Amino acid sequence: MHLAYPAVLAALLFCVGLYGVLARRNAILVLMSVELMLNAVNLNLVAFDVWLRDTLHSGQALTLFTIAIAAAEIGIGLAIVLMVYRNRGTSDIDKLRDTAETAGEDHDPDDATEAPDGPAQKAEAAA
Amino acid sequence: MTTPTLAVLVPLLPFLGAAAGLLVGRRAGGFARPLAILPTLAALALALTVAVHQGGGKVIDAATRLTPTGSVPIDLALHIDGFAALVAVLVTVVATCVQVYSTAYLRDDPRYASYAALVSLFTSAMLLVVYSGDLMVLLVGWEVMGICSYFLVGHYWETPEARAASLKAFLVTKLGDVPFLFGLFALAADAGTFRITGILDTVATGGLQHPTVIALLLIAGVAGKSAQFPLHTWLPDAMAGPTPVSALIHAATMVAAGVYFVARLLPVFAASAAAMTVLAVLAAVTMVGSALAALAQDDIKRVLAYSTIGQLGYMTGALAVGDRGAAVFHLLSHGAFKALLFLGAGVIIHAAGTNSLSAMSRMGGLPKRIPDAYWTMTIALLALAAMPPFAGFFSKEAVLVAAEHTALGDSVTAPAGAGWIVLLSGLLTALLTAAYATRLWLLAFRGHGPAAPDHGRQPIAMSAVLWVLAVPSLALGLAVGQLAGWFDVHALTPTVTTAVLGTGVAAVGGIMTYAAWRALRYRADGSVPLGAVAAHPDADPATSEEAAIATLPRALNSVRAGETPSAAYGDLAPAPDPGDPGRLLLGPLHRHAATGFHLDALYATLFVRPVRAAAELVRFLDREVVETYVRGARTLPRWLGTAVRRAQTGNVQTYLGALLAGSVVLAIAAVLVAAAGA
Repeated sequence: MHLAYPAVLAALLFCVGLYGVLARRNAILVLMSVELMLNAVNLNLVAFDVWLRDTLHSGQALTLFTIAIAAAEIGIGLAIVLMVYRNRGTSDIDKLRDTAETAGEDHDPDDATEAPDGPAQKAEAAA
Repeated sequence: MTTPTLAVLVPLLPFLGAAAGLLVGRRAGGFARPLAILPTLAALALALTVAVHQGGGKVIDAATRLTPTGSVPIDLALHIDGFAALVAVLVTVVATCVQVYSTAYLRDDPRYASYAALVSLFTSAMLLVVYSGDLMVLLVGWEVMGICSYFLVGHYWETPEARAASLKAFLVTKLGDVPFLFGLFALAADAGTFRITGILDTVATGGLQHPTVIALLLIAGVAGKSAQFPLHTWLPDAMAGPTPVSALIHAATMVAAGVYFVARLLPVFAASAAAMTVLAVLAAVTMVGSALAALAQDDIKRVLAYSTIGQLGYMTGALAVGDRGAAVFHLLSHGAFKALLFLGAGVIIHAAGTNSLSAMSRMGGLPKRIPDAYWTMTIALLALAAMPPFAGFFSKEAVLVAAEHTALGDSVTAPAGAGWIVLLSGLLTALLTAAYATRLWLLAFRGHGPAAPDHGRQPIAMSAVLWVLAVPSLALGLAVGQLAGWFDVHALTPTVTTAVLGTGVAAVGGIMTYAAWRALRYRADGSVPLGAVAAHPDADPATSEEAAIATLPRALNSVRAGETPSAAYGDLAPAPDPGDPGRLLLGPLHRHAATGFHLDALYATLFVRPVRAAAELVRFLDREVVETYVRGARTLPRWLGTAVRRAQTGNVQTYLGALLAGSVVLAIAAVLVAAAGA
């Protein structure tokens, strides 16, 4: 089999995943898109491992490594999303903007007072 | 032990006492008094031994190389001649008296330990100046005295007057010390050594390149230290310190150092006729001006301060006519009677509860309250007025004789003009001195009015010291025959001409003042009696003195408001006192003399105001110009920060998008570069 097929497939998968990460609003779908990108990489690794006839099969070994990391990542990621959903009632990424700098704080740093609702919001996010 | 070893111990013992006093005095208050008195007393014994060993004979010289400097070496050297031996005895005697007196005078002072330690350090520094044979080591003692005077004059630092006076004393003397330092360097550069013996040899062989410049530079430092015109203004203000400190500064240490220094290096000054003339003019202006000012002062300590300036003028005058024997003789006798005057004044201030002479003149029975101070002060004032046979008569006559010799052209060291200047101003000052001494005595001890408050007997430590000092004030003059052997000069005995002239004018001055006082005494009775009484009659004397100093601004305000006349510690003339004979004698001059001929105001206009204006300018530059640059520099980072803050929306996908775009751009750039390079 020619190398072009798995390579093109991997590129397509990666692009789909990239689109999902950048454009989807649901956090779970974003995580799924990340998985797509990882698997695109895995596909590349396996394909090039075969093509290069590597005796140590380092590509395959790295693939297994990536799968393990992806499993751990999705486990933690889903747990975070679940907690965010329980606290906020939503998992829409566009609405999770607690780290945004609020405009209108443009004065001296030493006499800057925090926005009155700033700490409250942060505490809510941490809970 | 050999004599040099003993001599080394003389300045060392008070120094060690001072160090120990500063270290343990605060924690172990019981040790403060022994630590103050014993080292000074031991130094007195050693100084006496050294003086006996030296005996006015061969000069004792001993030296060890302190440090090789590459050019002119600095030695730890001793140079003890008759002058050094006798002045050291005077210093230790006065210092011991002051220390003993202080134990009673400042008995309740919380800062007594550090005060006594500083007095010891002061004494040690003066002894270093006296014994040192190396000018650099002498300078160390010279400067240590400067800083000690700053601390001691500012002992009552709670009062703004004391703070201002200590700063003034420090700054004015330092103003003289800068040219002094340059003078020392110039002298050492010409002579190739800092050793006094080496310098005197160089002068004797005519090896000095610029004698006038060097002498004038040194005179500036001497004028600052010895309170000669025009740098004398710190001395009257230094009265804000405790009275024993005034006694120490005026009699033995600080002000004596300048005169003593010139006496040591007199050949250097004598090498330049111009310098001798300048010295003579300075001495003449100083003695006449200060005597006039002393006649107009109301504060008893300020009278004594101006009298010190005048007597120092005599010594400088003696030096200007090239007779250091007479100068140091007057230094010795003046040290004795001026210490006595100040310590007695401390007793009077305590008994009367005020510094003001006009207040004392309205207080009866003061002599009965303090008989010891009354009799000893009388002796000291007679010595100050140069009445025979008191010590001041012989020493002042020695000065006048030297001036007469020079004026008549008998002297080879000084120009005849200088002799005439010193002789005439000396005679005029003798008249004025007798006048203000009489005035002081009459106002303080012959007052009329309600009896002075009774504080019981003065402590024995204070009265005994007065009598100890009364002995040399009385009898030092009788030793004039022996003294001449200690100095390298002709006999110091008075001649008939100057004795008759000097005593005559002094008698005239005294009688004139007495007549003025008699004429005015009944006028004074009608005026409002002063309400000046001791604030703390049962406390130690220093407390009542401090209270007297502290209440003066208030008294000053009451003067301005036209109320009862009262004392003034500042530079303002006291309120008009119709019973003051000085006012009658001086006439229209009184107003100017009371303020020290407006020199303080002149200096304020010439120096203080420009410096203040410069400080204002610097403040303006800092606040308005430099700060503007700093403000300008911060705008760019602030704009950048604002822009970066805008980009931080909190949306993770935006960040990732930007990251992707950046990576793509970098990748394309890398490819392009690679393609271009290929």
